[in-house]
Amino acid sequence: MSENKPESGPTVNPRVTREGCSVLLDINDGDRLVFACLSAGSTLKIGNKTFSLQPLIGCPFGSLFQVESGKEKPYLSRFIPPTEENNVQDGGGCQLQEESRDNRAIIDNNQAQSLTGDDIDAMRRQGATGNEIVEALIANSATFDKKTQFSQEKYRLKKQKKYAPRVLLRRPFSRSICEAYFKKYPARIGFLRVDALSLLLSMANVSANSDVLVLDMVGGLVTGAVAERLGGTGSVCNAYLGGTPYPMEIIRMFNFNNEVCKRVLRCSVNDLCAVQNETSEQVSQHEDVCTMESQSDEKTSLSVSTEEVHLSSKNGVSDLVPENELSTTGKTCKAPKAGEKAPKEVIQSWKENGFSSLIIAAPEQDAWILVKDLLPLLTYSAPFAIYHQYLQPLATCMHNLQLEKMAIGLQLSEPWLREYQVLPSRTHPCMQMSGSGGYILSGTRAYSNTSQS
Amino acid sequence: MLLMDSSTKISFNRCIRDGDLVVVYERHDTMKAVKVCENSVLQNRFGVFKHSDWIGKPFGSKVFSNKGGFVYLLAPTPELWTLVLSHRTQILYIADISFVIMYLEVVPGCLVLESGTGSGSLTTSFARAVSPMGHVYTFDFHEQRAASAREDFERTGISTLVTVGVRDIQGDGFPDQFSGLADSVFLDLPQPWLAIPSARNMLKQDGTLCSFSPCIEQVQRSCETLRSDFTDIRTFEILLRTYEVREWKMDHLKVNDGNSTACPPRKRRQPSSEANVGDNASSPAVMARPSAETRGHTGYLTFARKCVS
Repeated sequence: MSENKPESGPTVNPRVTREGCSVLLDINDGDRLVFACLSAGSTLKIGNKTFSLQPLIGCPFGSLFQVESGKEKPYLSRFIPPTEENNVQDGGGCQLQEESRDNRAIIDNNQAQSLTGDDIDAMRRQGATGNEIVEALIANSATFDKKTQFSQEKYRLKKQKKYAPRVLLRRPFSRSICEAYFKKYPARIGFLRVDALSLLLSMANVSANSDVLVLDMVGGLVTGAVAERLGGTGSVCNAYLGGTPYPMEIIRMFNFNNEVCKRVLRCSVNDLCAVQNETSEQVSQHEDVCTMESQSDEKTSLSVSTEEVHLSSKNGVSDLVPENELSTTGKTCKAPKAGEKAPKEVIQSWKENGFSSLIIAAPEQDAWILVKDLLPLLTYSAPFAIYHQYLQPLATCMHNLQLEKMAIGLQLSEPWLREYQVLPSRTHPCMQMSGSGGYILSGTRAYSNTSQS
Repeated sequence: MLLMDSSTKISFNRCIRDGDLVVVYERHDTMKAVKVCENSVLQNRFGVFKHSDWIGKPFGSKVFSNKGGFVYLLAPTPELWTLVLSHRTQILYIADISFVIMYLEVVPGCLVLESGTGSGSLTTSFARAVSPMGHVYTFDFHEQRAASAREDFERTGISTLVTVGVRDIQGDGFPDQFSGLADSVFLDLPQPWLAIPSARNMLKQDGTLCSFSPCIEQVQRSCETLRSDFTDIRTFEILLRTYEVREWKMDHLKVNDGNSTACPPRKRRQPSSEANVGDNASSPAVMARPSAETRGHTGYLTFARKCVS
């Protein structure tokens, strides 16, 4: 069973990479996360070396690669990690032995390692693999045997990351995209943590065939997550205030096919709120605005494609930073375009039927001002979810919704997420955790006889 | 419940009909699922409600009883269903459910295996996530419970997306017919480690698994078993903290310019001093505080991904 409707032509296996597809690269077990567009010319920089991403094309997602020192230059090669049986020394499966060692004999005098940088360089020149260097470092460490099993493991891992870095090939989903941004550029997504995003989608009842109104000022993350759930059905209306659509560069990380992209439409809040039976004069005015908008749309798409050029021509890799630098050469990554301007008849249908869900993620806007305008566009009994990085605007919004009797089932909540380290005899919550993933106000639109339309 | 076709889709033009499932909303913590039936009535502490009064009204309407009491009639969603379903077992709630769906990367078209079915709270959300092309196969070893779940899925209109099987997954594993076909597997079992080898065989390469366990000892053993064929093994705990919001008139205690914290009798200030006009009338402010009583633990969620060979 394939996960997306096959496009016309040969069926694309979404679990295998192909040329031009967007991937998430996890370098050294989460130390660095990089989005890349796979093409013959795309490269990845680790430390001071550059690696071609060519070997990653056609591989199943989830494959692991390790840096190997080649004859001429190092390259990325598929790596199958050893299974449990021949890897017992890392303490994975066996119960921790009675540990008699401790750190009383370890002195920090920088003399424990007898191999010098020159020695290691020499080994490299002779073609030693990363793993061989790590073993040599361990053999030449005066203190390794005195370390506890746990810290031996840590030592080995640290050296492996440096001398034999690993790259994990990840399929971009809203989960991994949100996590990557939250880790690296939380401000770009308004500090929206993955669990909060998941709650927005459920609380707004995003499901196939629904028409979802989204006010997305978090770079397109919410729009993309909604489109992923719709799977090429229904519609996402990415609404914006004023004349310029909000950037949604993140949506390109999703690898959406045409079917999904077609369902992502843009429309200004003005056009959505305009009274249906407007005079012809008003219509023409709107059309003027539309032409201007489509121009600005073109501008956006231009900058989008240059970003892609930049991605593939320079090194095919973006450390999540969409830079709009101009670069004239190189192949573009062919990604179908999401976010066309909503056609008139679609807007009309939205107005007649109402949206079936509303999600607002505008972390710098006043929630109540937005909700006042957007909630009437929602059909009766439809659920909504509003995200904010601060509690207060949502509290005020909730209070006003109650006073105006616009909604029922109102709930103001904050998710709390804690990860655990689970190891034999060493299980405990992780030492560091995210303090806040933001706040969510959710509810259901009530019907009142005084409601308009 | 799900928008399987346009006739079931809620819209400004879709009113309540005979035979619809509605969620009767009294308060945020008092709701009930009711099948609308022309000649039927609903009786609660607010009085008697005639279903015939409901037909033709939009979803989300306020309807009145013979005594003038009122309730709201809502279109069912998986979230509302979780709050109204009959508890045959402990169920998963919205925070865990949402996180599981997102972390398992369940999208339309996926094939999901679940055990046990329990009360079908999570199953309903899985069905929403895989629709319209995917399918959920859910298994419970309790025959009666499986039958009740089947009835519920008929009632909520998701039975085309969900198949309920009676099977002891811990003892017998998942049926071989799903071998290598599952995108995701979800386990809510007392001894999940017994089912993990079978789950592994069902999963596609790079497929995702989640095990929900209330106790850390279960997590410990599951993780030990997972380490052989899975990668990316991560354990989480998720809770939802809710806030109470109210408007509050704060007493503005005047603090002396000196360091005294006492509140002196109000004196007339010289108009030349800093603008204090309006300070005397304490202004109402909307404030939020965490709800006093809250859920402290539901279960640990352990996720893993099948290794790619």
